[in-house]
Amino acid sequence: MATQNKVKSINFSLGKKEIDLLTRLCNAVSVSGDEQKVRQIVLEEVKNLADEVKTDALGNVLVTKKGSGPNCLRVMLSGHMDEVGMMIVKESEDGTYEFRVIGGIDPRQLVGKLVLVGRNLVPGVIGAKAIHMTTPEERKVAIPVEQLRIDLGPGAKVAIGDRATFATKLAVLGPSIRSKAFDDRLGVFNLIQLLKHAPANVDLFLAFTVQEELGLRGAKVAAFSFDPQIGIALDSTPANDLPFFEGDEENTHYNTHLGAGPAIYLMDGATIGDRRLVNWLSESADAAGIPWQYRQPGTGGTDAGAIHKTRAGVPSVSVSVPQRYLHSAAGLVRKQDVVNTFKLIHTALSRLDPSILNS
Amino acid sequence: MKNEKTLHDVELMSLIQTLVETPGPSGQEHIIREKIKEMVKGIADEIRTDALGNLLCRMGNKKENGKRIMVSAHIDEIGLMVIHVDENGFARFVPVGGINPLTCIGGRVLFMNGAQGVIGAERLDPGIMPKLENLFIDTGATSAADSQVKIGDVCGFDRPMLDLGKRVSAKSMDDRIAAVIAIMAMRALAKLPASKRGPNEVLFVFSTQEEVGIRGATTAAYVVDPEVGFAIDVTLTGDTPRAYKRPMALGKGACIKVRDSSFIADTRVVDWMINEAKSQGIPYQMEVLDAGGTDGRAIQMTRAGVPAGCISLACRYVHSPSEMVDKNDLDACIKLTVGLVSKEVKL
Repeated sequence: MATQNKVKSINFSLGKKEIDLLTRLCNAVSVSGDEQKVRQIVLEEVKNLADEVKTDALGNVLVTKKGSGPNCLRVMLSGHMDEVGMMIVKESEDGTYEFRVIGGIDPRQLVGKLVLVGRNLVPGVIGAKAIHMTTPEERKVAIPVEQLRIDLGPGAKVAIGDRATFATKLAVLGPSIRSKAFDDRLGVFNLIQLLKHAPANVDLFLAFTVQEELGLRGAKVAAFSFDPQIGIALDSTPANDLPFFEGDEENTHYNTHLGAGPAIYLMDGATIGDRRLVNWLSESADAAGIPWQYRQPGTGGTDAGAIHKTRAGVPSVSVSVPQRYLHSAAGLVRKQDVVNTFKLIHTALSRLDPSILNS
Repeated sequence: MKNEKTLHDVELMSLIQTLVETPGPSGQEHIIREKIKEMVKGIADEIRTDALGNLLCRMGNKKENGKRIMVSAHIDEIGLMVIHVDENGFARFVPVGGINPLTCIGGRVLFMNGAQGVIGAERLDPGIMPKLENLFIDTGATSAADSQVKIGDVCGFDRPMLDLGKRVSAKSMDDRIAAVIAIMAMRALAKLPASKRGPNEVLFVFSTQEEVGIRGATTAAYVVDPEVGFAIDVTLTGDTPRAYKRPMALGKGACIKVRDSSFIADTRVVDWMINEAKSQGIPYQMEVLDAGGTDGRAIQMTRAGVPAGCISLACRYVHSPSEMVDKNDLDACIKLTVGLVSKEVKL
């Protein structure tokens, strides 16, 4: 049975141009505290589209695009430019380096991964003893980060303090895309798309933020600068939707499902989503026939956690693209979820009315 | 023989009952906020609701030698949020604020949409402490399809107030009892002749989302931009059998906070409170708390910084569905609050 959608959503898909931009964004190395590579791409992409572009003291890129109507709401949307990674802390022998993780990385995800170190992207590998040399007991526990080394080979030119990240390159795999750093280049990508297809009924304040993975630091000062009326964080969230491997229990802690559409947040560890905004998003999706899901309430946090507590308070909500294997060398998303996340945000903004704040 | 109840006692009990039995976990303060708004409508000079749902009630204008004082009582309570309803209709949940699994089992809950349920637990091996993920809410549903609740629905504990004579027990004394103190203080202020109300502009803030991280008071303090302020909240006691050693006890008067885990009360504010209690003969005890946090921190840290403190009401069984306070302590807190805001403040 065909149903008529009440609202028409924007015609948007991941064509060659879009995949190319997403590839450049995801492959760029931009670990928290040194986001210049992604910032360069962002600045280049937004320069001819925005009313105002500035880079603030912490390195956030703040982009303004005014609407044309008389009663434009000031809407801040944020996507963070930083990604989780590593930092070199000490040179060991034979071209190996001790390191620490920046942001949340499960140490079990590190062993055997290819990495790129420093701004010159020196290739290396995080090695570990071969299975031949390990005992069954050793294989039961994760090797602590302190005992792991990045092996660059003798004579490598890297310094203490250099950042590193996984060397994964983005690849389109049929209906899916695989990459490092989807968290949160997808948010950055969608902000850029939003600027390219800016709805005229709102004042857009786009914050390409820094240091989210270390505690929502960039967004805190970006929100202070913008002083918005509404805040929306665009991010990526785990899809823990694979079946349990023990027993036949129903998986009740999936967080989100891949392919089920953008995930709207009710509550995470940093924010309780403003219900007016939660409902506005879900109703917009329903009206336009865009699939969506709730992200299961739980822990974690997005830039909304900083935005909503800014100044006199900002009603805020988050929307994420579901992703398998978050914060690892290779995340996996569905193309349709990326497309539908953009469509949802665009559709919802296009029908946003100032009266929402009076309800 | 039961003592005859005074009018004051009747007013107080009815106010407590209304406030503690109204559901309103963090982020869902709209019903409790509207009730409080109705109650203070005639006595506040100005009432505003801000972007995060805080209710800001101004009493008085700042006169010569007056200060703008923020008094914050949070109106959210701890609760549960549904994350999934399984195929048999059992609702899994996460906490909204600090929830102890031990006080959940066998408890009843009331959802904001009116649905009710009981909390059950998975079978656990003997000696194993349950975690919240081992618990579920049974709303009487037989399947996900006929469940009255769904992902995102929020409930609080469901339990009527219990008047125990000198003491009173209820869910959500934390921090509805502070809202009671603030409302009673506002009523008392309103009854004072204008000449006795003091030179201050007093902002009574009924704040939101305290239990999830002192969020409402953070933005409210920014809006109010106070010159001095204090929170009203409950504090833990050490007066039950084999309790953790703490100086605070029921029946020993209003607690004047020196510190908790979130902030150190401004010593000038502490002295201000002690002096007021002494001058009026209000029973008080000092509060040094090894845990917790209150809106006092938000007031202290806003903008360029504000001298801040906290008046606490000693409370047993905090964050359980049966928190307990002492009526005399309650009166002491009300008197102290009125005394503090109705005179010139000299720090």
